[in-house]
Amino acid sequence: MAADTPMKERRRQVLALAGGSAVLSLLPPGAVQAQMPTAPPPLGSGYALLVPKATQGAPVRAGRVTVDAPALADNGHSVPVRIVVQSAMRPDDHVRSITLLSDRNPRPVIVKAWLGLRAGRAELSTRVRLNGTQRLLALAEMSDGSWWSGQADVVVTESACLDGS
Amino acid sequence: MVARVRVPDTVKRGEPFDVRIAIQHVMETGYRFDNAGRTIAKNVIHTLVARYDGIEVYRAELGSGIAANPYLQFWITAPASGMLELSWVDDAGVAGRERVPVTVRD
Repeated sequence: MAADTPMKERRRQVLALAGGSAVLSLLPPGAVQAQMPTAPPPLGSGYALLVPKATQGAPVRAGRVTVDAPALADNGHSVPVRIVVQSAMRPDDHVRSITLLSDRNPRPVIVKAWLGLRAGRAELSTRVRLNGTQRLLALAEMSDGSWWSGQADVVVTESACLDGS
Repeated sequence: MVARVRVPDTVKRGEPFDVRIAIQHVMETGYRFDNAGRTIAKNVIHTLVARYDGIEVYRAELGSGIAANPYLQFWITAPASGMLELSWVDDAGVAGRERVPVTVRD
C-alpha cells in the first residue's frame, strides 16, 4: 500500500493536465481576443450596401413610409411590425411593392410584398424575427418608379439567433 | 398545414378591407442544430399569393426573418361578392390553400 500514494498523486496530476488542455483546445484560436469589448457598428450602417441591391440601384428618398415597431422588444423571436405607405392608391399613382430589410439578420430581406391595383391600402402588418438591436428599414416602390423609405429603431433584449451566429 | 383566415363579414363595394392570415408553420431558419449537432434544414413558407375570383390581388415573398407561425395582414378591394383564395408554398414543397367567401354589400 505504501507504493500506492505516489501513484495516485501522479494520476491526479495527469488527469489535471489532460482536463486543462481539453478546455483550452475547445477554444478556437483568437477566441480570447474576440471576447474583448468592441463598440458595435452604428445603427443602420449595413444599408449602404443592402438598399442598392433591393432597388437595383434606383435612388431612394426618405419619407412617405412609416414603420411601426415597438421601441423595445424583450424577445427577438416575434416582433410585431406595421408598414404604412402614404399613397392615394389610384391607377395612376399607387404602390407597386413594399420591402422590409434588416441589416443585422443573416438574411436581410424579411418580406417583399407586391401590391396590385386591387390592394386598397398600402399597408402591411406581420411579425418578424430580429437578430439583436437594430434599425429596420422599409422600402416602397411607387408606380412612377420612385423609391421611398422609412425606418424604426428596435432595441432587442434577447436575439432570435442564439444558435449558429 | 393549418391556417386561419379572417375577413370582415361584409365589405363595401370597392372599399379596402383587411385580410388577416395566420399559418401554423415552424419557419425553420436553417441556423439551428438538432441534438446530434446536425444543421436543421431551412424550411420557410417562401411565397404567399392571394387571388380573388382567380385574379391575383396580392403576393408576398417571405424569408426566414418572419416569425414562426407567420401572420400577415394586408388590404384588398372587391368589385363584387366572390371567393378569396390564399395559397402558399414552403421550401419542402408543401403547399397550403384556404378559401373564404367575401360578401359585398352596397
